[in-house]
Amino acid sequence: MADEEKKETTTTGGEAPEAAAPASPAAPSAPSAPAHRPYGRGPGGPGGRRPGGPGGRPGGRGEGGPRKFFRRKKVCKFCVEKIDSINYKDVRLLQQFVAERGKIVPRRLTGVCTPHQRRLTAAIKQARNIALLPFAARY
Amino acid sequence: MDQHQRIYEVMYIVRPDLAEEETERVISTVESGATAAGLTVKNVERMGKRRLAYKVRKFQDGLYVLLTVEGKGGAVAELERRLRVAEPVIKYITVRVDEEQKRLAKIKKIRDSKVRQRPQTAEAAAGSEPAPATA
Repeated sequence: MADEEKKETTTTGGEAPEAAAPASPAAPSAPSAPAHRPYGRGPGGPGGRRPGGPGGRPGGRGEGGPRKFFRRKKVCKFCVEKIDSINYKDVRLLQQFVAERGKIVPRRLTGVCTPHQRRLTAAIKQARNIALLPFAARY
Repeated sequence: MDQHQRIYEVMYIVRPDLAEEETERVISTVESGATAAGLTVKNVERMGKRRLAYKVRKFQDGLYVLLTVEGKGGAVAELERRLRVAEPVIKYITVRVDEEQKRLAKIKKIRDSKVRQRPQTAEAAAGSEPAPATA
């Protein structure tokens, strides 16, 4: 199978670099009909990519493809600004990571790295205990 | 019981409806209580009146006081017992800080050594800390 693909890439020439990436997910169905492949590749490429599109992003397979939703890479505030100490007394800092209702905002929304989120969570809980932060904001 | 000398922060809230001198008396009572429990008081910081995030004993505000002490864990337990009994103190929290201080000192040391190694790149990276760059 690998040989077949190699042959094809040599014969198709200029088209190969672009076609190589979408062809690989469609490969399992392809080897039965090598002649049909160029046709199959057209719909097969996007067809194979569609389920892989939203779900495939964490896998990191979307190299250069047209992405509908561009999302900025989130970075850890504590790493970037080199904030070493996450203290329970620093209410201003902690408040940025507490939702309106008083909940701790999850990492996936804030982009804080795991070690810092751990310290942050501990600090927020200490601050709650001494009434610097609410357990739950009442409405 | 072989306990180590450690550094703790005891933050407590004094009820806000007391007179000035009464508040001072409470703070000095806690301080002497800490000494009586076998702790050495390193610092007392009045953080002023603050709005509480939630009601504590029907109070919406409180006078925050931060007490830094050094001593053994058992002594801190005794101080906490005193705070619990003290009626004007509405809330308190004890946090051990020596390990965190040690960690921060370590980080600072590493960063300072990096600054010394590469002065020009470190200056750009640590713009907010001019002190280590000059050292």
